[in-house]
Amino acid sequence: MKELKILGVIIFFTLVTYWGVEPLAHSIFHPHVEPADFEFSDLPPVQGKGEVATGKELVVANCTGCHSIKSQGYPAPLDNASANASYGVVPPDLSTAGKIYNENFLANFIKNPAHATKTEHKFVGGKVHPMPSFNWMSDNDIASIIAYLKFIAPKEMTNREVFVDACGRCHNMKYAKIKATSDVSNYMGSTPPDLSMMIRSRGEHYLTTFINDPQKHLHGTAMPRVGLTQEAEEQVIAFLEEIGDSKKEEREALAPYVLGFLVFMAIISLLWKKEVWSEVE
Amino acid sequence: MDKNRRAFMGKVLAGTAGVATAFSLYAMKRTWDPLPSVISAGFTTVDLSPLKENELSIVKWRGKPVFLLKHGPDVTPNDKRDIVTTDGSRYTVVIGLCTHLGCIPEWKGSENKFKCACHGGEYNIYAENTFGPPPRPMDIPPFTIKGNSIVLGEEGPEYKKMMANS
Amino acid sequence: MAKFEKANSVGEWLDQRLNIKMLNRVLMTEYWIPKDINFLWAMGMVLAFTFSMLLISGIFLLMYYKPDVNMAFDSVNYTIMQEVAYGWLFRHIHGVGASVVFLIIYIHMFTGIYYGSYKRGREMIWLSGMLLFVLFSAEAFSGYMLPWGQMSYWAAYVITNIFGGIPFIGDELVVWIRGNFYVADSTLTRFFMLHVLLIPLAILGAIGLHFYSLRIPHVNNQKGEEIDFEEESGKYLAGRKKQSKVIPFWPVFIAKDVFVLSIFLVFFFYLVFYHYDFAMDPVNFDPANGLKTPPHIYPEWYFLWSYEVLRGFFFDIGPMKASDIGLAAFGFAQIIFALLPWLDRSPTVAPANQRPYFRCWFWTMMVVLVILTIFGKLPPTGTNAWVGFFSSITFILLFLILPVVTKAEAKKVASNKEGE
Repeated sequence: MKELKILGVIIFFTLVTYWGVEPLAHSIFHPHVEPADFEFSDLPPVQGKGEVATGKELVVANCTGCHSIKSQGYPAPLDNASANASYGVVPPDLSTAGKIYNENFLANFIKNPAHATKTEHKFVGGKVHPMPSFNWMSDNDIASIIAYLKFIAPKEMTNREVFVDACGRCHNMKYAKIKATSDVSNYMGSTPPDLSMMIRSRGEHYLTTFINDPQKHLHGTAMPRVGLTQEAEEQVIAFLEEIGDSKKEEREALAPYVLGFLVFMAIISLLWKKEVWSEVE
Repeated sequence: MDKNRRAFMGKVLAGTAGVATAFSLYAMKRTWDPLPSVISAGFTTVDLSPLKENELSIVKWRGKPVFLLKHGPDVTPNDKRDIVTTDGSRYTVVIGLCTHLGCIPEWKGSENKFKCACHGGEYNIYAENTFGPPPRPMDIPPFTIKGNSIVLGEEGPEYKKMMANS
Repeated sequence: MAKFEKANSVGEWLDQRLNIKMLNRVLMTEYWIPKDINFLWAMGMVLAFTFSMLLISGIFLLMYYKPDVNMAFDSVNYTIMQEVAYGWLFRHIHGVGASVVFLIIYIHMFTGIYYGSYKRGREMIWLSGMLLFVLFSAEAFSGYMLPWGQMSYWAAYVITNIFGGIPFIGDELVVWIRGNFYVADSTLTRFFMLHVLLIPLAILGAIGLHFYSLRIPHVNNQKGEEIDFEEESGKYLAGRKKQSKVIPFWPVFIAKDVFVLSIFLVFFFYLVFYHYDFAMDPVNFDPANGLKTPPHIYPEWYFLWSYEVLRGFFFDIGPMKASDIGLAAFGFAQIIFALLPWLDRSPTVAPANQRPYFRCWFWTMMVVLVILTIFGKLPPTGTNAWVGFFSSITFILLFLILPVVTKAEAKKVASNKEGE
């Protein structure tokens, strides 16, 4: 009984200290932010009637000058190095855009890229976003472009494919042998970090809100809001975990056996202790 | 007599061993000293005369970027921050790290400003903070002026004067 | 020369040469421990076991770790964590063990303070224990640098910078410790050497000293009672085991130890598998970058109280600079626990709760240390800075008044006895 009281005192002091240096400190370092908004409801809805055929014409006329659509046989007009040199970043291939990006975000992005990505603060004093604004297009035209992009998009993508299309233009991922296609250090001010260990250094909880809207956590950061759908973002995070925490499954599978074994051993050691101490007490 | 002699020789031997220990300790201490290559890399001589006005150049010194910027004739002299070489040219020489969180700011020649891309901090041509989160001007590294060159890492009289005034 | 006869068993053969029967008696079956103890007395064994786990897991990490600024991070986070079979397990045991070992050290240490186990002949036990605390701190700090993540780098930067505050030689000393003008490859390789060789050797030596120092004064007991070990062990050997106040180390004391250890291991491996973030700071999974300071720099939790004493003095007082006062206070905090046997002027050896004044002193100290620890991690701004300041002052004052408090207590106890 007395020993339980002592144990209680120790647990109390340990827990108070733990509470202070972990949950309390982290709540101050990382103030609470609103949960991820996969509807991108700060952007006005683009309401128009889209037609795939019209969309295709518009894309060929307006987009393929810079963007490749490899799945449809439109090659990139410039190789990566020259594209990087002329635009500051390699324009993305549009084959999967309709799958991984939220459609309302995509519509707003076409209208005004800097606004949709929340990077207007980076494009002041004569600097412009590498992709021009198509704000002169009618809502119906934009809806058609999106209808086309969704029409050509693959139904299924692996986590790796989503990651490469969503993040791989700017970020390296050394442990997955993924090298960024662009060097954006010039207009970002610094090289975007390697994402190999992000799952351990940031954690799933932070990444969920961060990828959805980087400004929430890092006000003023150069990282654009990417506009991923919930499904695509989950795939990106799953990929970060596959690479950065590849032994998670093994760890979680082994844990119950080790703990179960130790509990068993604790019971045996209690019985041994009782046996030995019965002679002296 | 014999016993005393033994005690005496014992002391002599202990003393000799003590000397050996002292030398060994000295040698061990010296192994921890910065290597000659490290020391020579810690004092960087930079010739400032080829610099062009209003164009930033960066040298690496002790693991940090150092900004070198030659002032044009229209820049008002700032005796608290300017480094003046023998030919009278004025320069900004600072450790090129934003004093907010250590990002490397960018020189905007057209606006006469350093701008930090990370959190929007701004500095004027003297690398004094003028806007945003940075708490103080960029740091001036220890320097000494040798003609039209400077040696980074050596605390010259001009540097000491500058530090005393700030 | 001893006479050797033909031995009839391996045991006998060994006994002729190594006297193992005697050794077994002296160290195990007739090494006497008081019977009146609780589970806190098992912390020494728990520590010894945790240290062994650190040593063994460390050996396996050492096979793949590369002490080079360009390779260290990847050798840990890729090679060990993802490629080596069970490498992740060894690293988690090592990382969590390094943190938990301090929890147990603190419990062990405050048990000693609570029961007054540092005086009346037990001063050397206390001092060798404090030496171990210092060595473990150095071991933890040097090991923390090795993964070469952001926290490794900046903790190394901040802690080595502290030496710059030492008068006259400070600046040169910092460069000498780092082997460069900044935290660089030379710093990593020399701290690697300290971590895997020199400090572990010193720890092994100090553990030997710590165990040996117990032999003459013996282990304390729950009441602080002075036991006649000769008489009590005589009773035990005569078969009056229940009446005797002592038990042998083997198997009686060990039986209890092993039980406590088993419970501890359940807790420990729960942390290893499910709850390791507190010991393996997420920030350290970002590679070291000397050009980018993390927004918050803080040491591991076990250093926070002394770190807070260091930065608690945040304003200049008269001609003294804030940083110098902080450094002096930090130095004070590092050595003052070691002086406890001489600061406690009361001869009483008893649990704190049975000592009228020391009881208040002990629990106040515990609360102050928890406050210092918590505020040592929080950003030192606004109210936090003042809490840090006042708790640092309280910490120092507590030690300064300890001789007075304990002297007064001794007087009170003496007069109470006269009154009876």
